[in-house]
Amino acid sequence: MRKLEFLIRRLLTSFLVLIGVSIITFALARIVPSNPAALYIGPRARPEDIERVSRELGLDKPITVQYIRYMKDVLHGDLGNSIATKRPVRQEISGRFPATLELLFTAMLLAVVIGVPLGVISAQWQGKWVDVIVRTSSIFGVSMPAFWLGLLVQIIFFRSLGWLPLSGRVDSDLRFTNPIEIITNFYLLDTILTHNWIAFKDVALHLVLPAFTLAAYPIGLIARMTRAAMIEVMGQDYIRSARAYGLPNRLIIYALALKNAIGPTLTVIGLTVAYSLTGAFFVEVIYNWPGLGLFTVHSLLNIDYPAIMGITLFGATGYIFINLIVDILQAWIDPRISLN
Amino acid sequence: MTMPLLQVQHLHMEFKTSRGTLRALNDVTFDVQPGEIFGIVGETGCGKTVTGLSILGLLPQSATITQGRILFDGNDLLKYSSKEMRKVRGAQIAMIFQDPTTSLNPVFTLGKQLSWVIREHFGISEKEARLRISQMFESVGLPDVERIMRSYPHQLSGGMQQRVMIALALACQPKLLIADEPTTSLDVTIQAQILALLKELCNRFGISIILITHNLGVIAKTCDRLAVLYAGRVVESGPTRDVFKNPQHPYTNGLMRAIPKPSRHGERMEVIPGTVPLNSGDVVGCAFAPRCKFTMERCRQETPTLEAVGYDHYAACFLREENRVG
Repeated sequence: MRKLEFLIRRLLTSFLVLIGVSIITFALARIVPSNPAALYIGPRARPEDIERVSRELGLDKPITVQYIRYMKDVLHGDLGNSIATKRPVRQEISGRFPATLELLFTAMLLAVVIGVPLGVISAQWQGKWVDVIVRTSSIFGVSMPAFWLGLLVQIIFFRSLGWLPLSGRVDSDLRFTNPIEIITNFYLLDTILTHNWIAFKDVALHLVLPAFTLAAYPIGLIARMTRAAMIEVMGQDYIRSARAYGLPNRLIIYALALKNAIGPTLTVIGLTVAYSLTGAFFVEVIYNWPGLGLFTVHSLLNIDYPAIMGITLFGATGYIFINLIVDILQAWIDPRISLN
Repeated sequence: MTMPLLQVQHLHMEFKTSRGTLRALNDVTFDVQPGEIFGIVGETGCGKTVTGLSILGLLPQSATITQGRILFDGNDLLKYSSKEMRKVRGAQIAMIFQDPTTSLNPVFTLGKQLSWVIREHFGISEKEARLRISQMFESVGLPDVERIMRSYPHQLSGGMQQRVMIALALACQPKLLIADEPTTSLDVTIQAQILALLKELCNRFGISIILITHNLGVIAKTCDRLAVLYAGRVVESGPTRDVFKNPQHPYTNGLMRAIPKPSRHGERMEVIPGTVPLNSGDVVGCAFAPRCKFTMERCRQETPTLEAVGYDHYAACFLREENRVG
């Protein structure tokens, strides 16, 4: 009962946050010193054309009316048409999002699977050489800019070693030899579902460099956070009593302590997912990844405001959704949270 | 007297700190007989808890035992490898701590925490473990076993948590239980219950208990024998009755006078002025000398050692040689 109450309360606050985000993005788009109608019809429009389009787009109405109208459309799933491509923004986003999500998901998986154990090991050998190596490399991971790291690994693994492809989501020759049958638009999943193993290998190889580039920052952050949380937990009384009962070290560290330490780490994971969404935009540009990032960059350069607003709203929803999941997970891990 | 279960002999222990070495235990010697409750009493910072942790080999990394032996059933625990020591912990010697609210893992159910301990030492199935747990819970007076097994620590009261701690400690039927201030963080009525429980368990299962406390009243009610610790040294030890009737060290005497009694209602409470020196390594002579009413010239130069003052009754004080403590 209390868990349900907790969930409802969290959903309600999430909804309020989204409304706030929509107001801000809408206001920002209107503050930008350019005339959307002029952009819409192009550079050689006559003043009367601009006026006509303004009327058509509802830009002559008061801003509150415009906002209400916009929100009505948004709630019906209509984010407007892109000025640049003239296609519905929703379609533009949903077509590109799976590529971004696949990249983001792989990167976060890497970050958790590598970052958490690194943090634990580092805490376990606090002050020893293992710890020093982990800490130094996590500083590298956190502070190295994605575009630089991306170029670096491209030079090493593509040019020098030739082990991994340079860019793109899939080899273009594959279209003729082993075409990917699109089901979910997540290529890894699609190739598994259709047992297209040759394509699967190709897709996976294409993912390695961008996913690693994107994961570098979260790996470092998660490792540092896990280390700090583990060191704190290992000093707690209940760890001392676990030792006094003669429980083995492995159980104490990986079960008893880690479950206590994972709470703060989860928060960081949630935050880095959101951060990595913007990071993904850089990485996508470097690796020519056909996701939301490239589209966002183009929209920004063209002041394609329906697209920008759509992407912002979409991103904010994703961000709130991730935080909601983190909160639920935390309540599930630590029984004291939901009761407070 | 039979062969003692535990003999701590001339134990010296130091902490390495950023400001140099800190001597925490200085020639600590005492023994615990099978089936008895042995009290260790002293002020905060006199080395009570680290004595308990030394026995279990749970000292922090900054601590080193420089001298001495800890014989358990005749074997020196200090010579055990960490793996051997882990087999001793829980199964042979268990320890419960001062604050049950922080000593139980907050994110696991109590049933889970207990079954880990039992399964680790007995290698039995989850189902058998559960049976044992319910027996343990009953013997420490916890009702509604099923509900408690499904509970998290924060869902129980402090007294119940301490009962769970005791159940955990007794789960593997150790020969020795070290109870470090087990009642300090509890209400007075609950304190009495927990002490009665410890006493009962001692009688029923024949385990020995080391009761570490700063409260002489608790010792008087519960313990068969005791040692008084001051600045990392045993200053007096012996059967509880003899020590209480005839304290031989001014510090013991002072502690006893500091127990509030209804018969002294309206009088000013007696205190021992001053505090315990933290680093007993620095002290020349008797560590208690600066706070003692009977300090002589000799006390500032030589360190007194434990001398027999009665049957199984020892004290480290020069006064006796001069005259009796008043």
